[in-house]
Amino acid sequence: MRRSVLMVDDSPSMRALVRSTLELAGFDVIEKIDGVDALGYAKGGSADLVLTDVNMPNMDGIQLVGELRSLPQYKFVPILVLTTESGGDMKMRGRQAGATGWIVKPFDPAQLIATINRVLQ
Amino acid sequence: MALDLEQFHEAFFEEAFEALDTMESALLKLNIGNPEPELVNTIFRVAHSIKGGSATFGFTEVASFTHTLETLLDELRGGRMQVTRGLSDLLLKSVDVMREMLRSVQHKTPIDPQRVADLQFDLELAILQKNQAPAAAPELPDVAPAPTPDAALPTMPATAILGQRRWQIGFRPYPQLLLRGNDPLRLLRELHELGSLEVEVDISGLPALSEMNTEDCYLAWNLVLTSEVTRDVIAQVFDWAEGDCKLEIVEIKSGLAERTAPPSAVVVPIGIASAHEAQIEVATTATLEPAAEQGRSQGASPATPSPAQGGSDSGSIRVSTEKIDEIMNTVGEIVITQSMLSQLGSSMEGPLAEQLRSGLAQLERNVRELQEGVMRVRMLPISFVFSRFPRMVRDLSHRLGKEIELKLTGDTTELDKTVLEKIGDPLVHLVRNSIDHGIEKPDIRRAAGKAAAGTVHLDAYHKGGNITVEVRDDGAGLDRDRILAKARERGLVGATEVPDDTAIYDLIFAAGFSTAEKTTDVSGRGVGLDVVRRNVQELGGTIEIRTERGKGSCFTITLPLTLAIVDGQSVAVGSETYIVPLTTIIESMQLKPSMVNRIAGRGEVFLFRDGYVPVVRLHQVFGVKPRTHELHEGLLMIVEGEGRRVGLFVDDLLGQQQVVIKSLETNYRRVEGVSGATILGDGSVALILDVPGLIRFAAERLAA
Repeated sequence: MRRSVLMVDDSPSMRALVRSTLELAGFDVIEKIDGVDALGYAKGGSADLVLTDVNMPNMDGIQLVGELRSLPQYKFVPILVLTTESGGDMKMRGRQAGATGWIVKPFDPAQLIATINRVLQ
Repeated sequence: MALDLEQFHEAFFEEAFEALDTMESALLKLNIGNPEPELVNTIFRVAHSIKGGSATFGFTEVASFTHTLETLLDELRGGRMQVTRGLSDLLLKSVDVMREMLRSVQHKTPIDPQRVADLQFDLELAILQKNQAPAAAPELPDVAPAPTPDAALPTMPATAILGQRRWQIGFRPYPQLLLRGNDPLRLLRELHELGSLEVEVDISGLPALSEMNTEDCYLAWNLVLTSEVTRDVIAQVFDWAEGDCKLEIVEIKSGLAERTAPPSAVVVPIGIASAHEAQIEVATTATLEPAAEQGRSQGASPATPSPAQGGSDSGSIRVSTEKIDEIMNTVGEIVITQSMLSQLGSSMEGPLAEQLRSGLAQLERNVRELQEGVMRVRMLPISFVFSRFPRMVRDLSHRLGKEIELKLTGDTTELDKTVLEKIGDPLVHLVRNSIDHGIEKPDIRRAAGKAAAGTVHLDAYHKGGNITVEVRDDGAGLDRDRILAKARERGLVGATEVPDDTAIYDLIFAAGFSTAEKTTDVSGRGVGLDVVRRNVQELGGTIEIRTERGKGSCFTITLPLTLAIVDGQSVAVGSETYIVPLTTIIESMQLKPSMVNRIAGRGEVFLFRDGYVPVVRLHQVFGVKPRTHELHEGLLMIVEGEGRRVGLFVDDLLGQQQVVIKSLETNYRRVEGVSGATILGDGSVALILDVPGLIRFAAERLAA
């Protein structure tokens, strides 16, 4: 069974890169451009894992994580944050909002896939 | 994994340049001393995303520079630094440098590393100075970092001794662990992969079934891992449970008693004695509260999916212009085929002919809609061009010591992309002229009773199927007398001739014309208005000037909505058909022989309204055999371009129609007096006349 990843990033090039990485590893990818966009999808659509950026217009990744966690169907879905932010404060905010893990950009594609597989195990 | 990063580079460059534009315009809007948080946030976010992208795609120099910039921006965002004029300049310079750096990696061209290093140094210096400057900005109290759960844990030196070590691991999840997508079972399995694992579950936290929240985790584990790994490796397994559990990792030294014994190394039966009971109670209340909260929030937002589900892909897609041009071209072919069929249909008779005609009429409507639709795809708001002006005006006014307020209105007005790309330079030229020659210095303005700050106003709007762009300033206006004197000096106007004002102001569009007393490095001698006019005309547009001494000037550019289609009047000359753009036509008339005068060796002129207009015989220009050589037997079509008029002598007027322009240059070669060609309904080719070109041709002949 193919697993689906809800991927949220405001940068088209980043989305293209992550999509290729994920698809190469056999995932289905749902692409959204910011928190509002992703939340709109999540209210009706499912995903096996969420991978979100932090700094985005309209709704940032941290807020998105919090909002997703309040949706019953996303309560237990692993949410990974993929971001350039590596500050401890920011990580703590992400964790408090309900993020499962934190991956710092720039990332190694192989590592990203390994991490996702680990969380999905 | 073999993934070629290079395939994403173009997308990254495109978005990075866009991001820089956003950053630049936000910087320009920033209030010195009192920056709007929303703008600062935008600037930060944009810098941050450029940093992330450039690091990901391997442009380390860009990433490093942007990192420094981001650090500074973070200080601004946190209110720990003030936005000063100097800082704003520094940030704008950074935008320039980032643009250059990106361009240099994009085109693999060299860049001066010293310039980058210098600027990066300046940025670092600014950050440092902020730390030294006492009370420059109200220092916000640093939020005390929340103590991380494992901060209290004894840190063991990660000894590099190989060989089996025994680790005592106390893993006590907080109730919300499951809600973070963590699965204890997975963690245990992972630990098991590291070595041999003894697992003991602690169920002392389990509440009574009736009090149990199915989403909370009540279990805890005491584990003993025998493995060669260091503490860090074990801690890594729990990376994502960090903050959601209490974790203790202690090495068991050769059977000696552990330094910190895990709280309960044995399975605690439910309902055990006092000391533990208190703990359990605390734990239970702690778990119940968030559960109750969750219950409430669930009640507030029912689990039914919202109606707006899924379809939020309202974004846009990027399509190369070539693809759109191909579609446009095909649509053009359909238009031609359709009009061929219409002509055929109109000549048919019989019971089916009527049906055919109504079907063709429907087709015609659909094709027109299709054509308009594709054209709309090519339209972009003029803000793409306007956006470069705030920066330019700011820099120029700085340099010239003038105070200038820039007003941009109508920036959502849409224009064909090709027109948009080509109108930028002429506009820049006009704005530069306005600032350099139009707007006076503050003291002069004040003396003239004007506000010290001058205004340059760019305005775009639709007007009768065209787009009008105005560049207005409230500066000094043109000096009519000086222009006239200069024109006389250069022999453009005869010594006794007194042209009307419009004609005088029109002189500034003459090649090489300038009244500037000294050249400036901003707009040189002010020459180049001839180039502006030529550029505008190449786009099928016109430019006019209105000015009042002491009050200001206004340049009005009128442009066609698109370059792909033109409204034309078909005219017949012999067996040929020509298309004359409707916008150039003033009127058509039949001449009486008495109205025409011959000027020896220079051709014919005739009296039209209050001036003489040269006659251009199209059959002579294009070498075709006309129906008649007698002027009074044919028609004279008076057309205008570059402010001058000629009468085109043709055999007959045919009809008005929209025609799809095919470039002669790309399909054949450039032909004097012709701006393009089109295919008519009957499949024949008609040339579209370049009226300004024909007028120049006539003028040369007259001057010869």
